[in-house]
Amino acid sequence: MGGLFAWLKSDKRAALSLGFLLLLVLIALAAPWISPYSPIVQDANLSLAEPDAAHLLGTDDLGRDVLSRLIHGAPATLYASFLAVSIATLIGVPVGLLAGFRGGWIDDGISRFIDALLSFPAIVLAIAVTGALGIGLTNGMIAVGIVFSPQIARLVRARALVVRQELYVDAARCLGASNTRILWRHVLPNAIQPVIVQVTLLLAGALLAEASLSFLGLGIQPPNPSWGSMLARAYQNMEIAPAQMYPPGLAILLTALAFNTLGESLRVALDPTMKR
Amino acid sequence: MLILATLVVFGLLKLMPGDIAITLAGENATEERIAEIREMYGLNRPFLVQYGSWLAHAVQGDLSKSLASGEAVAVSIARSFPNTLLIVLLAMTLALSIGVPLGLLAASRPDSVLDRTVTSIASLGIAVPNFWLGMILVSWLALEFGWFPATGSVPFKEDPLKSLHHALLPALALAAGGVAEVSRQLRSSMVEFLSSPPVRTLHAKGLSPRQILWKHGLKNVGVNLLTVATLLFNRLLAATVVVEAVFAIPGMGNLIVNGAVHRDLPVVQGVVFVMVLVVITVNLIADVLYTVLDPRIA
Repeated sequence: MGGLFAWLKSDKRAALSLGFLLLLVLIALAAPWISPYSPIVQDANLSLAEPDAAHLLGTDDLGRDVLSRLIHGAPATLYASFLAVSIATLIGVPVGLLAGFRGGWIDDGISRFIDALLSFPAIVLAIAVTGALGIGLTNGMIAVGIVFSPQIARLVRARALVVRQELYVDAARCLGASNTRILWRHVLPNAIQPVIVQVTLLLAGALLAEASLSFLGLGIQPPNPSWGSMLARAYQNMEIAPAQMYPPGLAILLTALAFNTLGESLRVALDPTMKR
Repeated sequence: MLILATLVVFGLLKLMPGDIAITLAGENATEERIAEIREMYGLNRPFLVQYGSWLAHAVQGDLSKSLASGEAVAVSIARSFPNTLLIVLLAMTLALSIGVPLGLLAASRPDSVLDRTVTSIASLGIAVPNFWLGMILVSWLALEFGWFPATGSVPFKEDPLKSLHHALLPALALAAGGVAEVSRQLRSSMVEFLSSPPVRTLHAKGLSPRQILWKHGLKNVGVNLLTVATLLFNRLLAATVVVEAVFAIPGMGNLIVNGAVHRDLPVVQGVVFVMVLVVITVNLIADVLYTVLDPRIA
């Protein structure tokens, strides 16, 4: 814990990103209580109102408070990102461990498969899946998670391959440790650091994928707000109210930036060869 | 490779919960109607038989017919693909012609103000949703100033100039992430090269830093640049799907999104098939180029 604070103190950008993300999670959790208005109640008299004291960010074309929709969009956006990345991790880690630790034909087969899936455009597959199974945020993000999983599997495999040949693993085996124990006690802890870095970077990717899907109308369904669907509405009113696209767009940009910055900082902090 | 990739797509679409026949038949369909549709599309056959028959037709250029319009999917794709390719190639050109000099500049003076500016811009470029950037470009350059057409596209063969004029904004929106990626990768591999022992010899021989950077540096990071460019192409191809929607360009992205909205499975499968085919072809070309750039790889 002390190490964490020392690190955050020495890396201002990481501290800022982490602070921003924690704040965002808090906002997402407290959304029903802190948002000034309901995100879905419409007011025909207030269509596309300019920002004022009552509506800090103005209202959208249906007279809904933009700030409230932005706040209520946070849980949907975070849920989608975490869902996709959890699926990627739950598939990627065991598959990578299996390939790297077992080696042989299992490794060959899995590596082929990983290479095939890595060449896949994630968003295209997510669109294809929503086309086949019905439009919805969960379907799309499951597909994104599956397409992201080889990135995790590849990292874990590379680490497992190295650790498998370490002397201490031989020693553990000589002492009668089972494969499960070796995997759990020796291989996994060694593979976890690159996974943490990759997960943070993938969260940014998943966030952008969610925004794209919802923007195309294939993600979250109205009237529920997400930042991507808010951009879709803003797009329709672009000629009369161009300012509508800035709040959700900036929210996506800043969150993705925070995930990326945190990921890069973690990479430097966790990688022993990059220590200054 | 192609077989594996298409099998994954096909398998995913089949494995997911939900019955396509019921969806196709619509709500309140009778049992008979659902059975009829299953029969019609061969949905009651075993999975591998379905896949085999689809693949056998696909490699012969027969991607089945659209459920919505009845048009052959191969025809729709042949019409849409040039529009997508134009934007992707233009974005590729922009990304490389801006990203490479930026990366070199940043690498020539590591940790200078210039380097930090380039690095910060690159982080922004990676995090910005490119369809949002597209909207900003449309709102300012097309709607506010009227310099560019806001939407649509013109086939390159009809009027090359007009076609490029239409394609420039979407390509710019796409290229932002690419510029960032290229400059970042190039910077890091160049910094690594510049601190390697051979460079000291070059300095000792009296070469100017500029000569070392442009002549020897570029030659040495050429292989890395090729890797970056290949990855970039794959990413741009995917990203164009969303950007096309912003600019209402009748390309592959539009095709697959409309296909998904109308649950037009043959169209969706066809577009995915062709995109994977393109990605694999580009990777193959890159593999050949590697051996040209660096004889040691062959």
